[in-house]
Amino acid sequence: MGGWDWAAFQKYLLNPYLLQGAWTTVWLSLTVMAIGLFLGLAAALMRMSRHRVPRDSARFYIWLMRGTPLLVQLIIIYTGLPQVGIRLTVIQSALLGLGLNEGAYLAEIIRAGILSVARGQFDAARAVGMPYWTMLRVVILPQAARVIIPPLGNNFNGLLKTTSLASVISLEELLRRSQMLIQLEFKVLEIFIVAACYYLAMTSLWGMVQRRLEAHFGRPYGPSEGRPLRAVEGTLLEQDAR
Amino acid sequence: MPSADLAVEARGVHKFYGALHVLRGVDLDVRRGEVVVVVGPSGSGKSTFLRCLNHLEAIQQGSIRVCGDLVGYRETARGLAELRDAEVARHRRRIGMVFQQFNLFPHLTAEGNITAGPLHVLKESRESAATEARRLLALVGLPEKAQAYPAQLSGGQQQRVAIARALAMRPEVMLFDEPTSALDPEMISEVLDVMVALSKQGMTMIVVTHEMGFARAVADRVVFVDEGRVVEDTPPAQFFTRPLTERGRAFLDKILH
Repeated sequence: MGGWDWAAFQKYLLNPYLLQGAWTTVWLSLTVMAIGLFLGLAAALMRMSRHRVPRDSARFYIWLMRGTPLLVQLIIIYTGLPQVGIRLTVIQSALLGLGLNEGAYLAEIIRAGILSVARGQFDAARAVGMPYWTMLRVVILPQAARVIIPPLGNNFNGLLKTTSLASVISLEELLRRSQMLIQLEFKVLEIFIVAACYYLAMTSLWGMVQRRLEAHFGRPYGPSEGRPLRAVEGTLLEQDAR
Repeated sequence: MPSADLAVEARGVHKFYGALHVLRGVDLDVRRGEVVVVVGPSGSGKSTFLRCLNHLEAIQQGSIRVCGDLVGYRETARGLAELRDAEVARHRRRIGMVFQQFNLFPHLTAEGNITAGPLHVLKESRESAATEARRLLALVGLPEKAQAYPAQLSGGQQQRVAIARALAMRPEVMLFDEPTSALDPEMISEVLDVMVALSKQGMTMIVVTHEMGFARAVADRVVFVDEGRVVEDTPPAQFFTRPLTERGRAFLDKILH
């Protein structure tokens, strides 16, 4: 029993091995978010389609991803799929599993955002001759962004930590590297506290980015920030249910 | 046969919302440069008809032509077939529309609202779109509001920007769907003044409104719609003094007291 070791804590705080793990967590989260946004937008638009086939396939995708644990999805993709001849690397498996999962949650957030835009905005965009994609890009999504960003930021905050699940398929992100370092040097508390500090630093940094994004998309609406937004409730707390 | 001097030709237009038969065979011709005011009790189908003219609503029977071309449909051997979204969008370019609730894009400035169509639909250059936006803002009496967001404008100002936004597409026809009904009384005249000026420049206009003063002063014809049909189609002088039908008389009694 050595007690708390300040010197070790300070040493690990700038440990390049752990810092690289933290960097892996950052780029993994950013890449997964990009994949998730793409899948989420596609699934949200499909769910709102007039046609049955895209609507039902999107609903099935969301149902499947949100109805099974991410841990199970990751293990199936990395450990299970080789049994049927599909071999993916650790990184590919992590991106696929986390991306598919994130997309399903973001789909509902994006759909809520689009539904929050007034019907008259669609009419006005069409009346000036905008085709569907132009209407989405120029008129609808920039307005939906204001509603989407708070729960989306909540999701990204969660994602920074959820990526640690990829450690079970041996992806060397922050948690995995912390555990590996502990097996060499036995400083359990110091190393895990350092890992926790890194996670806190990442989520705090993201918090600042998110506030800027919210201010940017809220600016045209004047000095009424903090005003409750339509359609945000209901999506906000889904992260906790994972 | 489509006629060259007709801006709008509606023939036997039927519209259903489920079982509800909203338009029951509407015929309407509007010549180029004409101002037609559409009046009628609420629920008579007048706003729905306007929304059918630029295919914001599909129609179930009949045909609508603007400047000779079908709107939203093409002719096939078996009747009319609805066009794909991109082609419908192209048809809408020449039809401007002004809404009761203004429907300005709240995330864009006044200038951004006006240039959105020219930039993203007509693919004009940023400079020429901005120059035209400033000309149109001056036309509607708001030259100093280019950088204002809709939330910073009064209702009357928003509606004038909305008119400028529609004009930026250089439409052949302008549709007005109760443009002053959502305005405070003191702001109605500033919007009507812009519409009067527009009519004097020869713009073809179809206006659904309860502003009888405007109808009397500017309209070439007043079209009275009731229960999904055109009941009267006469010059304003006739409609306001000697309506042809009992229903027209009853309607006038109600709105003029």
